[in-house]
Amino acid sequence: MPSEVRFLQGNEACAEGAIAAGVRFYAGYPITPSSEIAEEMAAKLPKVGGVFIQMEDEIGSIAACIGASLAGVKAMTATSGPGFSLMQENIGYACMAEVPCVVVNVMRGGPSTGLPTLPAQGDVMQARWGTHGDHPAIAVCPWSVEEMFTLTIRAVNLSERYRTPVVLLSDEVVAHMREKVRIPTPEEIEIWERPRPTCPPEQYRPYEPDPVTDVPPMADFGDGYRYNVTGLVHDETGFATISPAKTSALVERLVRKVEKARCDIVQVDTRHMEKARLAVFAYGCAARAALRAVRDARAMGVPVGLFRPITLWPFPEAEVRALASDVDAIIVAEMNLGQMVMEVERVVAGRCAVVSVAECTGELVKPQHILQSILQGTGSRPVTFVRKAS
Amino acid sequence: MNPDVLEYTELVREERLPHIWCPGCGNGIVLQAVLRAVAKCGLDPNKVAVVSGIGCSSRAALYVDFDTLHTTHGRAIAFATGLKLAKPELTVLVLTGDGDCAAIGGNHLIHAARRNIDLTVVVFNNSVYGMTSGQHSPTTAPGSTATTAPYGSIEPTFDLCRLAEAAGATYVARSTTYHATQMASLIERAIKNKGFSLVDCISACPTYYGRRNREMFGGSGDAVAMMKWQKDHAVSVSAARQMSPEELKDKFVIGELVNRPAPDFSTLYQDMLEAVGSSR
Repeated sequence: MPSEVRFLQGNEACAEGAIAAGVRFYAGYPITPSSEIAEEMAAKLPKVGGVFIQMEDEIGSIAACIGASLAGVKAMTATSGPGFSLMQENIGYACMAEVPCVVVNVMRGGPSTGLPTLPAQGDVMQARWGTHGDHPAIAVCPWSVEEMFTLTIRAVNLSERYRTPVVLLSDEVVAHMREKVRIPTPEEIEIWERPRPTCPPEQYRPYEPDPVTDVPPMADFGDGYRYNVTGLVHDETGFATISPAKTSALVERLVRKVEKARCDIVQVDTRHMEKARLAVFAYGCAARAALRAVRDARAMGVPVGLFRPITLWPFPEAEVRALASDVDAIIVAEMNLGQMVMEVERVVAGRCAVVSVAECTGELVKPQHILQSILQGTGSRPVTFVRKAS
Repeated sequence: MNPDVLEYTELVREERLPHIWCPGCGNGIVLQAVLRAVAKCGLDPNKVAVVSGIGCSSRAALYVDFDTLHTTHGRAIAFATGLKLAKPELTVLVLTGDGDCAAIGGNHLIHAARRNIDLTVVVFNNSVYGMTSGQHSPTTAPGSTATTAPYGSIEPTFDLCRLAEAAGATYVARSTTYHATQMASLIERAIKNKGFSLVDCISACPTYYGRRNREMFGGSGDAVAMMKWQKDHAVSVSAARQMSPEELKDKFVIGELVNRPAPDFSTLYQDMLEAVGSSR
C-alpha cells in the first residue's frame, strides 16, 4: 500500500494515527472539542476488529481503557479540560500500576466549563501534575494536523515502551483545522510493543523491573500469569506494602524510568535558529503564530528563531539550557497566564532573559503580539519575567 | 490440570493470609461462596479475572488466585467493562461493597447493567464503610447510627437488586451470610448467566455497624446476633409471594429475583463486527 496524501481534520488525523499505531480499544465520553475523535473511532474500530464503547463518563472511560490494556490491547481515550480533570485519579492509577494507555486532551478555555469551542493551553501543568502524588509524566504536543497523526502513534509507542499513561496535549485549533497529511505506508510506521514476560508464570514477578530500563515486563490478563494489580504501593510481587524502603523504591523507579529515557522521549523542533540572538519558545497552536512572527521579524533583520518543544513532559531541560547559552533572551508565548514560562525560568536559571507573552483570550495568540515582544525585547501582559544574564 | 477437580481452597492465595478482616466479619463467608461457585462452574483459573474497587470487600481480590485487579474507589465495574470487552473469553467477577458500588460507583453499576455487560458483580453489603471506620452508606438502615450519622441515619436505603433490575441486569439475586450455601449457588448461577449479573450478599460488620446498633440486633451487635438478624429478616422468594406488604415491611427477599437471559454486549458487538464485514 503506497503512502497517500489526505486532507484531514486534526481530530480525524488523531483517530487515523491511533488505528495505525495498533489501538484496538477506545472508551470515551462526548466533549467538545474532542468529540470527532470518538466519532471516528466509533466508525473505524469495528472495521479493524477493535472495540469502541461510549462510557457513562470520563472516569469510566479511562477505567475501561486501563482494563482493556491489561488484557493486552492498546487503548486510548480522548477528552477536553473538564473530562481531563475527571480522569486524573485513574491517570494516577495507570502511572502506579504501570498500565499503558493514551489520553488525548484537546485543550479548550478553562477553568471549569470555560470556553467549550475555543482554544487555550491552560492544561499543560495539569498534564504534568494533575494527579496526586509523585509520578512520571509524558506529554506530547502537536502543532499541525500531520503531527496529530504522527504524535498519536508516538504517544501509543511511548506508552507501551514505558508502561505509563501518555497525554497527547492538543488544542482546539490543531484539532479542528484541516490540513494536508501524508499518511505513510504501514511499513514506514514504527510500532513499539510493551515488554512482555519471557519467563514461565511460576517465575513471574510482575513488578520486577528490567535492570536497564526500569520497566517491568507486563503479562496480559488471561495468559496464565495470574498476578495482582493495585493502585496501592506495592512491591515486586504486585501486592501492597507499607515498607518505607519498598515505598521509596517503587515511587522513585516510576519517576526514574521516564527520566532515564529522556533521550528517547524528548523531541524538539527548531526553525530559523541560524545566528539567532532571540528565541521564541512556543508549542501547539501558539507555535504556528510564533513561526509567523519569527519569519516577519527575520524579514525585518531581527536574528530570532523558533524553539518548539514537541515533548512537553519530560521538559526538554538540556535543550532549553543549551538554547539559553546561545541567545540573549527567550520569549515564551503561550495561551495561558504563564505556565511553561515557569519551567523555562527554572531551567534557564539566569543564563539569559526570559520574557513571557501570556494570553488567555479564547483566541489563537496573534503573531503581531509575539512580533511586538520580539521587537521590544520585553514582555507583554499580564505576567512578565525579565532576568538578564549577569 | 483438570479444573473440574479443583477444590475452592485451591483458588486461595494462601501466602496472602491472614486476611485483614475483623473477627466476626461476614466478608470471608461471601468470599468462600464466590470461590465455591467458581469451583463448581469448573472454570479454568487462568481464564478468570477478579476486579475490585476500594473498601474492606475489595481486599477480597488480593486473596484469590486469578488475575486480580484492585482498582480505584467505585470504578471496578468500569475497569471490568474494558477488560471483558477486550478479552471476552475471560470470566470477569467484580467484588465490591455497598459504598463502592452503590455510592461512588453507582453510575457505572447502572450503565453496565443497562448494557448487559457479561460481568458477575458480587456486592459485599454490610451497610457501612468499614475500612474508613464506620460511616453510613447507601444501605445503612434508617434510624441506625454510624460515625457520620451519630443521631441516626435519616436517609432511605438503596435496594440494590431493584436498582439493578430496573437498570437492565439479566440476573439478580440476594442472599445473606447466614444462607451461605444458597449464596454460593446463586453466585454460580450468576456466573453462568451470559450477561450482567448482580448478587447482593447481605453481610455483617460487627465492629463498625453491629456494635453501634445493638438494639437493632436484639441487644447484642456481635457476629452471632447479626447472623440471627439476617435469618429472622430474610424471606425467600416463594414465601414472600404469600405475604402481605405489611408482613414484608421490615423483611427483605432472598433468592433468585431476576433471571431473564438476553444477548450480552460482547455478543451484540460481535454481530455488529460481522455486519460490517469484520472480525476480532
